[in-house]
This record gives sequence, C-alpha cells and structure tokens, in this order.
Amino acid sequence: MNTAAASAIAYKVPKRRHPVLQFMMQQPLGAAGLLVIVAMGVCAAFAPWVAPYDPLTVDYEAMLGAPSPEHWLGTDSFGRDVLSRVIYGARTALAIGFIASFLGATSGAIIGVVSAYFGGRTDMIIQGIMDVLLSFPIIVLAITVVAVLGNNVVLGIDINLIIAISVPMLPRVERVVRASALAIRELPYIDAARAAGFSHTRIIFRHIVPNVVAPYLIMLTAFVAQAILAEASLSFLGLGVTEPTPSWGLMLSGAAADFYQQAPWMIVFPGIAISLGVFAFNLFGDSLRDWLDPKIKI
Amino acid sequence: MLRYTIHRVLLMIPTLLGVAVMVFFMLRLMPGDPVATMLLGDAGGASISKEVIDAERARLGLDQPMYTQFFKWFWGVLHGDFGYSMWTGRSIAYEISIRLELSLQVAVMATILAILLALPLGTLSAIYKDTWIDQSIRMFSIAGLAVPSFWLGMIIILLLLTYFQWIPPLTFTSIWENPWENISQLFWPAVAVGYRYSAVSTRMMRSSILEVLQEDYIRTARARGVFERLVVTRHAMRNALLPVVTVIGLEFAFLIGGLVVTEQVFNLNGIGKLFVLAVARSDFTMIQALVLLVSVFFVLINFAIDMLYAVLDPRIRYR
Repeated sequence: MNTAAASAIAYKVPKRRHPVLQFMMQQPLGAAGLLVIVAMGVCAAFAPWVAPYDPLTVDYEAMLGAPSPEHWLGTDSFGRDVLSRVIYGARTALAIGFIASFLGATSGAIIGVVSAYFGGRTDMIIQGIMDVLLSFPIIVLAITVVAVLGNNVVLGIDINLIIAISVPMLPRVERVVRASALAIRELPYIDAARAAGFSHTRIIFRHIVPNVVAPYLIMLTAFVAQAILAEASLSFLGLGVTEPTPSWGLMLSGAAADFYQQAPWMIVFPGIAISLGVFAFNLFGDSLRDWLDPKIKI
Repeated sequence: MLRYTIHRVLLMIPTLLGVAVMVFFMLRLMPGDPVATMLLGDAGGASISKEVIDAERARLGLDQPMYTQFFKWFWGVLHGDFGYSMWTGRSIAYEISIRLELSLQVAVMATILAILLALPLGTLSAIYKDTWIDQSIRMFSIAGLAVPSFWLGMIIILLLLTYFQWIPPLTFTSIWENPWENISQLFWPAVAVGYRYSAVSTRMMRSSILEVLQEDYIRTARARGVFERLVVTRHAMRNALLPVVTVIGLEFAFLIGGLVVTEQVFNLNGIGKLFVLAVARSDFTMIQALVLLVSVFFVLINFAIDMLYAVLDPRIRYR
C-alpha cells in the first residue's frame, strides 16, 4: 500500500454545524415555516411599535372603510384599524397557542411516561381514561370544558380557555409518548438503573424522559397549529376570547358576520392570518418530524 | 372472526360507560344554577323567589343526590329517553331528531367529496413524487389543514354572492321534498367542511401508496411486465386503501367538529348549531345528550373500522 493512494482517499470529516442551521439546510420548507413563525412572533412581541393604530380605538368617522393609504387593510364596523387588530391578534393567537399546547403536551407526556413505566394496572386505568377522552372531537371537548369552567381572565389571558384547548391534546400526546416510552422501558440501561437501586422518579426523569423528547417536541409543534385553530373556532363561536381583545377568530364573528358582505376586508385578512399561522406551524412541524423521527405519526 | 367480534364489543363497553360517567359529572360541576338562569330568562330579568326555584329543581329531579340522578338518567338513556331540554322544555330526542337529518347529510356529502378528491389526488401525488404535480397537490392539501372551515364558508358565500347573487336560504328543504334544491343548498357547506377532510385523506393516501410501491409484489408485478397503470390500480391502490379507510372513518366521526362552526356560517339549523346554542344557554341536559351522542357515534365508527379491517386483512383476525 503506497502512501499516495492512502492520501487520495481523503476521509471527509463531516463538519459539525449548529443544529438549527442543519435543520434549515435539510428542510427548506420547514425553514420557510420557521421564518413565518418568527415574523409572527416579532409582530406579536413588538405589536405597539409595528401596528399603525391602537387596536381598540373606536373611530365612527372611519366605519367600514375600504383599504386605503391611511388604513392599509381597511376598518371594521367600529372604525377600528383591521391591520392593527390583525397584528395584535397574533399576540392572542401565539400566547394561547403556545401556552395551551405546552400545557397539553407536557402533561400528556408525563402521564404517558408514567403509564408506560409502571405498566400493569396503572397503565390499564390510565389508558381507559385516555380512551374516553379520545372519543370526543377536539372542538366538542374544548367547548364542553368551556361550558363547565366558564371564563377566568388573569393578566388579560383566559386561563380556562387555555385549559379547554389543552385538554383535548393531552390524550393524543399521551398515546404517542407512551408508545416511545414502552420501547425504551425494555432497554438494558433501564434494567441497569433499576438494579442500581435508583428511585422510580429518578429513572423516569433522568433515564426515560430525555429519550422521549423527540416525539414530545414533534407533538408540541403540531399542536400549536391545532391550538391556534381551536382558539379561532371558539372565539368565532363566542365561547373564547371576548371583545374588545383582538383575536383573529373573534374578528370573523359578531358584527363581522353581519357586515362582511359589504366590507369583505373585515374577514378576508384575519382569515388569511389564521391560515398562514396554522400553515407555518404545520410546515414546521412536518419538517421537524422528518428531521427528528420520520416514523412518528401525528 | 366471531371471537374477534365479541372481544371488540366487550372492549367498547367500558369506554362507553366512562364517557357517560364523565359527561354527566363534568356538567354537574358547572358553575351557576341552570334552573335560576332558565327561570330568569323566562321572567325577563325580574327576580324569582327561592321557593319557585326550589320547586322547579324538585320537578327536574335536581334536588336528589347525584348518583340517583345519574342512574335515573343513564337508565333513561339506555331506553332512548334523554330527558327534556332545560331551555325549550321539549324532549331532547325530538330536538335532535329534527336536526339530525341535515347534519348527517352534510357529513355524508363532505365524505363523498373527500373520497372523490383524495383517492386520485393522493395516488397522483405518490406516482409523480417530487415533480410539480406532487408539489402542487401537497400544497393544496397542506393548505386544507390550515384554512379554518368557517372562514372558507364565509369566503364561499362572499364569492357566490358577488358572482351569482346567491344567499344561503333561510329554511331547510329536505332531500325527500326537493332533491335538487336540497343538494344545491347543502353543497357549499359540504365543500367548506370537506376540504380539510379531503386534505387529511389525500396526505394519507399519498404516504400509503408510497409505502406500498416499495413492496416486493409491486416489483414482481412490474417484472412480469404488467402495465404500469394496472400495477398502480390493481396492486398498489388496493393495498394502500387500508390506512386510508381508517382515516376516512375517524374523520367522519370528527366531522361534527367542523359542522359546529360551519352550520353557524351557513345558517343551518343542525346538530352543531344546537350544541353551540345549548352551551350558550347552559342547557346541560342537552349538552350531555349531544356530547354522549357524538362520542357513542365515534366509538361505533371505530368499531366498524376495526371490523372492516378484519374483513379486508385476514391477518388481523388471528392476532
């Protein structure tokens, strides 16, 4: 073997790039989704600086105004600026979307891991309860929870609305995480940890939970999209966010439902905002799944 | 097969029982006294004496202990008696029966629409994977998951109004009276609900066909010189249908969710609208009957899918 041939086979050491950069390069569609999400996040965070008007200011002079240089997306039946309301609406959508799916996914994941780890009767009872929860459509369960809990606004956010949206997600995340945890439970290092005499809590949180992070993250992003849709639907039905808080779903109901035939801009733009937001999170979630673990079915 | 069926039926019972218990007790936790709300509504805001409220509670059986109420209610439900609406005072079975036809019809129409779109689109998307055909079909279906059905409904009404001066009719015409008018009335609501449905099924069909096309028997068929068209229709599509059947079945049960909002937009007096009204009026006997109905429906559909699976795929029966 001569040295020239050996040096010709230059082993290419893969360059370690930042995982975010890696994701952006391998999943261009997901990157596009992420971009929209970041843009929405910026709008939501800096709403007072981005929005041209105050979203709550009523201006009867400008009622039902068509899109114009002053009001780019027109005004609603109270003369409020539609663009500003859409921008502020991003706050409501993202806040409720993130908090609700975080709450639903996290509690679902914990229950799923516990159910898988203990198995036996515990698992059977938990799965029975989850089966019951799974037999309600998302929106029907959310509406029922709203009916039971009513409103409870703390710091401008309706806590009960968030709970109502997260309850239907819980069993769905629980299913997926439990399936992953069941496979991990059988691995030798769990036996080793048991043999070493570690407590259940330690085994669950130090040995199993880190290994179900992938399905957890995938379900979390997928459900942000669902949560935004659910919030919009509930607000549209008058069971979610209440006036005058700007919310995309709310902008499609009430007076909008009466006037949209004369002033279509009132409903066109909030609807685009909902669709774009959900679209971006779906795109991002899909790509994240392909990137992390293509076998998981959402 | 018989063993499997019995096993499956027995599995349904605890779930259904759990649903009944949960629905009943969840709604009893509701804040606010529905009787007081109802009487106040009737009296137009005038104050009601405590005696009147107590008498009404006694008449509705709300003064009895909870478990007695539950068993009375459950016994009635088993006999098809859901009690009376707290709001209209009419029997719940009647209130539901006059609206069921409409909602079921929209659901069935949306399903047909979804199947008609999903099977060809999903197959095309899989065969022409990564070409512009695939990309556009995927965009179309991923958009279907994002567009809220109530907004789509409003946009449809807006477009129809602008171009055809069509407004949603105020009254519902049954298909038995005037089929043409009935279908033209319910077609657009079905489109609004069915778009999302077709998107979900298209995605499933695509990934399922892609999976099947990897199988050995597809390679064998191609090696034997079978026409590509026959490979796809005879070998691939048939085998890819199983998971799609599941999705179509599950989504059918969940259509009621889409109906809740869409009926509002198209001004249809169906089950979805009844549900929203019942929640707005805290008519909890009605809510519990409707939620129970939906989930029983869902559990039954699930059962039907499993049975269909066992018929289509004999391996399942012997597991």
